[in-house]
Amino acid sequence: MTPMQKLLQLPVNAMNMVKTAQDQMGQQDEAKSPVMTPDGGNHNWYNGEPNDPRHIRFGSGGGDQEERAHLEEGGGSLSSLVTQPLRHDDLKEMLDSNKDSLKLEAMKRIVAMIARGKNASDLFPAVVKNVACKNIEVKKLVYVYLVRYAEEQQDLALLSISTFQRGLKDPNQLIRASALRVLSSIRVTIIVPIMMLAIKEAASDMSPYVRKTAAHAIPKLYSLDPEQKDCLIEVIEKLLADKTTLVAGSVVMAFEEVCPERIDLIHKNYRKLCNLLIDVEEWGQVVIINMLTRYARTQFLNPNMNESLLEEGGGEKAFYGSDNDDDTDDEEDKEEKEKKKTEATAIVKRKPYVMDPDHRLLLRNTKPLLQSRNAAVVMAVAQLYFHLAPKAEVGVIAKALVRLMRSHSEVQYVVLQNVATMSIKRRGMFEPYLKSFYIRSTDPTQIKVLKLEVLTNLANETNISTILREFQTYIKSNDKDFVAATIQAIGRCATNIGEVRDTCLNGLVQLLSNRDELVVAESVVVIKKLLQMQPEQHSDIIKHMAKLTDNIQVPMARASILWLIGEYCEHVPKIAPDVLRKMAKTFTNEEDIVKLQIINLAAKLYLTNSKQTKLLTQYVLNLAKYDQNYDIRDRARFIRQLIVPTDKSGALSKYAKKLFLALKPAPVLESPFKDRDHFQLGSLSHLLNAKAGGYQVLPDWPEAAPDPSVRNVEVPEWTKCSSREKRKEKKADKPFYSDSEGESGPTESADSASDTASGSESGSGSEESGSGSESEESNEESESASEEDEEEEGKKKKKNVEKIKARKPVPESESEPSSGEDVKKSEKKSKPRIGSSESESEEDDDSESESSESEEEESEEESEEETKKKKKTTASKPPSKPPKKENKKEKKEMSLLDFDDFDPAPSPSQVTPLNNFLSSSLVTDLEGLSLTDNVLSPTTIIPSGNLKTYELLHRITGEGLSVEYCFSRQPFSPDPHMVAVKIQFTNSATSEAKSLHVEDAKLQSGMRIKEFPEIEVLPAGETISVVMGIDFCDSTQAANFQLCTHTRKFFVSIQPPVGELMMPIFMTENEFKKEQGQLMGMNEITEKLTLEEKCQGEHAVVQRVTTAANLSRVPCGSDKECRFAGKTVTSGSLVLVSVVTKEDGAAQLTVNCEKMVIGTMLVKDIHQALTQ
Amino acid sequence: MINSLFLINPSGEIFLEKHWKSVVSRSVCDYFLEAKEKALEPEDVPPVIHTPHHYLISIYRDKLFFLSVIQTEVPPLFVIEFLHRVAEMIQDYFGECSETVVKDHMVMVYELLEEMLDNGFPLATESNVLKEMIRPPTILRSVVNTLTGTSNVGDTLLTGQLSTIPWRRAGVRYTNNEAYFDVVEEIDAILDQSGRSSTDLSTGTTVQRSWKSDPEVKGQASGVCVCVCVVCKLCYDWLTGTTVFAEIQGVVEACVKLSGMPDLTLSFMNPRLLDDVSFHPCVRYKLWESERVLSFIPPDGNFTLMTYHVNAQNLVAIPVYVKQSISFFECGSDGRLDVTVGPKQTMGKTVEGVMVTVHLPKTILSINLTATQGSYTYDNGTKLLVWDIGKLNPQKLPNLRGSLSLQAGAPKPEENPSLNIDLKIQQLAISGLKVNRLDMFGEKYKPFKGVKYITKAGKFQVRT
Repeated sequence: MTPMQKLLQLPVNAMNMVKTAQDQMGQQDEAKSPVMTPDGGNHNWYNGEPNDPRHIRFGSGGGDQEERAHLEEGGGSLSSLVTQPLRHDDLKEMLDSNKDSLKLEAMKRIVAMIARGKNASDLFPAVVKNVACKNIEVKKLVYVYLVRYAEEQQDLALLSISTFQRGLKDPNQLIRASALRVLSSIRVTIIVPIMMLAIKEAASDMSPYVRKTAAHAIPKLYSLDPEQKDCLIEVIEKLLADKTTLVAGSVVMAFEEVCPERIDLIHKNYRKLCNLLIDVEEWGQVVIINMLTRYARTQFLNPNMNESLLEEGGGEKAFYGSDNDDDTDDEEDKEEKEKKKTEATAIVKRKPYVMDPDHRLLLRNTKPLLQSRNAAVVMAVAQLYFHLAPKAEVGVIAKALVRLMRSHSEVQYVVLQNVATMSIKRRGMFEPYLKSFYIRSTDPTQIKVLKLEVLTNLANETNISTILREFQTYIKSNDKDFVAATIQAIGRCATNIGEVRDTCLNGLVQLLSNRDELVVAESVVVIKKLLQMQPEQHSDIIKHMAKLTDNIQVPMARASILWLIGEYCEHVPKIAPDVLRKMAKTFTNEEDIVKLQIINLAAKLYLTNSKQTKLLTQYVLNLAKYDQNYDIRDRARFIRQLIVPTDKSGALSKYAKKLFLALKPAPVLESPFKDRDHFQLGSLSHLLNAKAGGYQVLPDWPEAAPDPSVRNVEVPEWTKCSSREKRKEKKADKPFYSDSEGESGPTESADSASDTASGSESGSGSEESGSGSESEESNEESESASEEDEEEEGKKKKKNVEKIKARKPVPESESEPSSGEDVKKSEKKSKPRIGSSESESEEDDDSESESSESEEEESEEESEEETKKKKKTTASKPPSKPPKKENKKEKKEMSLLDFDDFDPAPSPSQVTPLNNFLSSSLVTDLEGLSLTDNVLSPTTIIPSGNLKTYELLHRITGEGLSVEYCFSRQPFSPDPHMVAVKIQFTNSATSEAKSLHVEDAKLQSGMRIKEFPEIEVLPAGETISVVMGIDFCDSTQAANFQLCTHTRKFFVSIQPPVGELMMPIFMTENEFKKEQGQLMGMNEITEKLTLEEKCQGEHAVVQRVTTAANLSRVPCGSDKECRFAGKTVTSGSLVLVSVVTKEDGAAQLTVNCEKMVIGTMLVKDIHQALTQ
Repeated sequence: MINSLFLINPSGEIFLEKHWKSVVSRSVCDYFLEAKEKALEPEDVPPVIHTPHHYLISIYRDKLFFLSVIQTEVPPLFVIEFLHRVAEMIQDYFGECSETVVKDHMVMVYELLEEMLDNGFPLATESNVLKEMIRPPTILRSVVNTLTGTSNVGDTLLTGQLSTIPWRRAGVRYTNNEAYFDVVEEIDAILDQSGRSSTDLSTGTTVQRSWKSDPEVKGQASGVCVCVCVVCKLCYDWLTGTTVFAEIQGVVEACVKLSGMPDLTLSFMNPRLLDDVSFHPCVRYKLWESERVLSFIPPDGNFTLMTYHVNAQNLVAIPVYVKQSISFFECGSDGRLDVTVGPKQTMGKTVEGVMVTVHLPKTILSINLTATQGSYTYDNGTKLLVWDIGKLNPQKLPNLRGSLSLQAGAPKPEENPSLNIDLKIQQLAISGLKVNRLDMFGEKYKPFKGVKYITKAGKFQVRT
C-alpha cells in the first residue's frame, strides 16, 4: 500500500484526534496527515477529496438533510458513509441537535469507528448526554459506546449512572435487565457499592431474565473488585437455588469464575441441576457439565475400582498378551498393574462398589446431550463420561465424537486432540471407528498429524496390517511434514507391536532408497531407534545404512547413522573403520552434530579396535582441536584425555570403555498425548498441555465417599406422606398414566419435554426425573402442586428415601414400607404386573430397552384392564389408609379431607369446598349461550358454594370470634374499582361481641378500603355477613387492617388470589380475537399442560377456570377451545384466557393481559386449577 | 470467557474489533499474524495459539479469520463453536459472510456481537431471538425506516428469551403456511486407485503390499490386472481399486414458515437406518428414543433440524466410478493425464453437477488437456485443475485427457494427486431414507408441506 493510498483511506482516521498507541497504521497516518491537528480546521487535504464539500456542510442541518437521506439509503450501506470524512465537531453538533435521526446517524458513525478500532473517546461528553434519549436505537448505541469508553473516562461516566439506577426500578423486566447489564459493564470502580446493591436486588427479582442478568453481572463486579467476593458468594448461593433453566447456566458460570473452590454450595442444588440440565441453553450446559464433572470427582467413588481389579489384572493383559514381549510398553503397564494390584487389595478389604444414585443420575441425564448439535456440549459430555463413567459405559461417547469429525476443521482439531488422549487409555472404544480417522489429502497438516496420532494409538495386532497399508499411502504424500510424521508413526507401531517390527523395519529400510531426502533422513532416525531394541539381528541393516553415508546429506540422519555404527561397531567390524576413514576426509565440511558424532565414532572405535583406527582417531581429534565451534573443541580435548593413554591420564581413563560402550536403554517411543488426561479433557489446559490461568484441577477420586446425604433437599414432611399414599394409588393406575403420557407426548410443549431429562428411559423412570424440577419448585413456593405432580413427586421422594435407605436406614420412614407392603400384596393378587412396575421404578439403572418394553406391554393391555384396575384401586384403598394416618398424625386431617381427590392447598388455612359439578357446568353453559346480555353475569349465578372461603380470624385467636371471608364476585356498588369481600362473623363465644368495625388500615400506596358499617352487636352463637370493598390496585399485596371489637383489636390481612382481581366482561368471539391480536408478544403467556383426567371435558374446564378466576365465558365455535374474558377491577385492563384442549388431555393455556404480572400469576393459578 | 473478537482478512488487516471486557490492544494479533505467515495455507494456522498473556482461538471461515482473545481457562470448543455461530449469524442476516458485507453493516454487526455475548459469556445466540432484537435489513424496511424514522432495533424486546421455547419468535403470522424439508445426504468416501470400488479386493486383507514399488509383486499378490505403462516400466496403474472408506452423512434442513405455535411431528419410513443423530434443541429427544419420530416446535424460518449418520456397515452405494491414469515419465519432463468418469449405482437417477478437482503437483509447468464433455479450468498459481462435467451421460462417458509438462529439471512428482469428486443426484437419498409423514398439532390451518431429497458428494476422494 502506498502512502497515498493510505491517505485516501484516511477519512475514518481523520476523525481520530487521539490515537491509541497500538494502532500503528493509524500512527503512520497521523504522522503524515495534516488533518490530524487537533484544531480540526479546514485543511488542504480535504479539498483533494471529491466528495468533500458535502461533508463540511454535513451536520449543519437544514437543506442538506434530504440529500443526505437520499445518499444514505441509496448507498444502503454504512461503508459508503464511513468513508466520508466527518470531524468530531460535526458529530458533536449532530449529537446536540434535537432530531433523533441526526443523533442516530452520528451514533452510527461513532460506533462504526469503535468497531474499526479507531479512537472516539473525546466524544464522550457529547455522547453521554444522550443516555436518556427516548429513541431506543440511539439509546442502544449510546450504551454500546458507554460500555466501551466508560472505563477510560470514569468521572464523566458517573453522569449516566442515575439513568441506569432509574432503569433498575422500571416495571418492565427487560429495561431492568438492560440497565443492570450496562451498569455492570461500565467498569467504573466508584460505583462498586451501587453495583453490589443492584445485583443483590436483581437476584431476588421476580423475572428470571433479570435474575439471569444479575448472574452475569457477578463476575463483572468480581473482576472489578475482588474484595466483594464474600458478598458475591452469598448472591451466588441464592441464585444457585433458582429453579429456572434461564438462570442455571449463568449462575454456574459466575460460580466458576468467582468461587470454584466452594464446591459445598453445589450439594443442595446438585440434583436440581442434573434434572434441569437438558433444558438449559447450550452454553450453560457446557459450563454446568464441566463443573459437575469436578463435583462428581470429589463426591463419588471411582466406578472402575472393582473393574480394575477384575479386568486390568488379568483379562486385558491376556487379550493383548503379545504386548508383553514389548519392553517399552510393559514398563508402564507393570507399573500400572502394580499400582492397581495394591489398589485392588485395598479394595478387597472394602465392600463391593455400589454406584451412588446421584452419580448415576448425572450420567443418565447427560447422555442425551451427546445428541446435541453443539460440539462443545458433546465434548463436555464426552469428557464427563471419560472421567466419571464406569469403563463399560464410556463407549457411548465414541460415536458422538466421531460425528464431530465431520465438522469444521477447528472442531476436528480440538476433538482429535482429545480423542488422541482418550485412545491411549481406552483403545477399544475407538477401534470400530478406525476408518473415520483415515487421512484425506485435503486435510490441513495439523489435522493429518493428529489423525496419525490416533491411528497409531489404535494400532494392535488385528488391525496393524490395515493401518500399515494406509500409512504406506501416506508416505507418498506431497506434504513432507506429514510424511515425516507418518514415518515416526510407523516407528511407534513397530515398537508397540512385536509382530510387525520386522515388517516395519524392512519397510523403513526400503524408504532409505527414497528420492526425497527428508523421508530418508526421518527413516534413518526412526530405524536407529528401532535397531536399538535388538541390534544383533540387524547387522545387515546397519551395513546398508553405512553405505548411505555417501548419499545422505541431512545432518541429523548422518549423525544417526554414525552413532549407530559406533554403538554397534562390534556387529560391523569391517565396515566401521572404513566409515570413519571417509568421515575423517570430509570432517571439516560436516555440520556440527555430525562432527560430534564423528568424534564419538572415533572414540568408540579406538576403544574396540585401536589397531586399525588409532591414527584415524588421532587425525580426527586433531582436526577437531582447531574447529571453530568450541563445543567440538571441548569434546575433542575431553575425549583425548579419556581414551588416549598418557602418563598423566587420570583415573577415569580406566573406565573409558565402560563410559563409552555402556549398554544404552532403548528409547521409548511414546505418544505425546500420554498422561495428558490428568488435565480435564476438553479444556484449554489439556489442549496446550500446560495449565492455563483459572484452570481448576480435576481432583482424584476420594478414597471413601463423602456423606451423600448432603445432597438431600429438605422436604416438608406432609408432602412426603401424602404423596406416598398417592404413589400407591398411582401404581395401581400405572398403565393408564404411562399410556396417556406417551400419547400426549407429541403435543407436549417443549418445556414439559423436560421429561427427556431422563433420557433413554421411558416409563416410570422418566416421569420421575422429569417431574423433578417442577415438583421441587412447587414445594418451595408452598403452592399447591397439581395432583399428578404430587404423585410423581411422591415417587421421587420415595425413591430418594429408598436411596437413603440403601446407604443408611432412615428410622423415621421404616414403619411405612411395611404398611405399603400390605397394600402392595393386596393389589398384587389382582394385578400381577404391579410388582414389575415397582421394581422398574426402583431400579432406575435398568437398561432402557427393558423399561420401554414393559411400558409397551402395559399400554397394550391398558384398555382392558384400565377400568377394572381403577375399581380395584379404589376398593383396595380404604384398608390401606388407617395405618398411614397413624404414621403421620399431623397430617391426618388433610388425608381425611381429600379422600379421592387430593387437593393440596396453598396454605393450610385455605379450604376447598366440594364443588357442585352439575350446577356450575350448567352455569357456564348459560354463559356461553348468553349473547348480549351483560346482566346475565356469571357472578350473580355462581352458587356461593363455589366460592372459596378463607379464614381471617380463627376462633381461638379471636377469643371465640371467628371471621371468614370470601370474594363474593359481586360488583361492589359504592365503588366499581373495588373488589367486594364478603366477611362472615361467627360468634362462638358465650358472650356477645360488640361494635365490630375496621380500624387503622395499613395499605400499600394506592390501595383503598371501604369499610363495612359497624356491627353493633353480635350475639353469642350468631353469624352475620357484611360486605366491604377493597381496591387492591391490581396487585396481590395484602390489605392489612385491624378488626376491632369492643374489647380487643386483631391484626388481620386479606390477600386476594389473582383471579379475584378481575371482573367478568362480555365479549363476542370476534371482539375476543381482535383484542387477543392486540395483546401479543410480551403480553401473551402460553403454557402447555396436561389436563387432569377428571377435568377433560369442556364443562369441567370451564368450571375450573371460572372457579380460579372471576371471568366470564366467551362463546366459541369450537368445542376444543374455551375462551374467557374479564378486566382487572382497578385499571380495567383486559384479561383474556383461552384453553385449547387436544386429545388425551393435553391442552394449551393462553393468557393475554396487558399487565404481565397479573398474566403470569393467572397462568399459574389456572394451570394449577386445571391439572389438579 | 471470551475477551475480545477481531475479524481479520486474509491479507492480515484487522477490520473489526469488539471487546466484551477491558480493551485488549490489537497488537495481540501480531502473534496470530506471525503464525499465519508461517502457515502455507490459511487452514494450517493453529486454532489455538498461546501468547504470554492471552490465548488466541481462531477459526478460518469464508476467507475470514475470526480471532478471539481468551484470558483464562475455557473449553476451546466452546469458543470455536461460538465463533462459528457468529459467522452463521452474519450469513443469516446479510446473506453471506464476507469482508465487504461486514464492512457494509459494521454497526449492525457490532450491535449483534454486543447482544450475543455478555461479559464474554453467550447471551443470545438463537437467530430467532436476535432477529427480534435487531431486525435484519431488507430493502423494504430501509425505505420504511427512512420515511417513518423507525429503526431496525426491535422495541418489543425479546420475548423469545423469556419464553420456554427460546428458539421461536412469538406471534408469527404468515398468509401462506408452508413447511419444507430437504433431506440432503453426502457420501464421504475414500476410493483407492482407480476409484472403482470392488468387493474382490476388499476382502483381501491378506494382501500385504510389498513396500517396494514393484508392479509385478503387486499384481501377483492381489490377483488383479496390472497395466504397465508402455513408455516407462515404472509407471503403472491399478485398474481395480477399493473403497477404502465410505459412509453417508445426512442432514435434514427445514424451512418452516408457519403461523402461531405449530407442533410438528415428522416420521420416517425407515428410521432404523439412522445410526447416529444430532438434533436441533427443539427436537424432543425422548420421543425419538421411544418412537423414532421427530417431534418439535420449529423455529421460524430456516434451520437444521437434524444431522445423521447412516450405519457404515451397510454397504454404501457409490454412484460413480472414476477411471484415471496420471503418469509422469522418469526421463523427460512430461506426463500424461487421462480421467474418465462413469455412473455406477445411481438407482436410475441422473448424476448431475459432476466436477473433478485435482491439486496438481507444484512442479507442473503447464497442461494441455481436452475434455469430451464439459470444460476445465486450470489455475497455474494454485495448480488447481477443475473439470466441470455437468450431467453424466451413461452412453457417452466424459473423458479428460492430455499432457502435462513439468518444470525443466524438476524430479518426477512422488505421489500422484488425488481427485476430489463433486456430484449431485436430485430426488434421491442414497441411503434409502424416506420421510413418511408430517403432522401438525396446535394450529388449525392446513399447511403446505414438501420434502426434497438430494444426494451429494461430501468428502469424496479418489486416491491415485
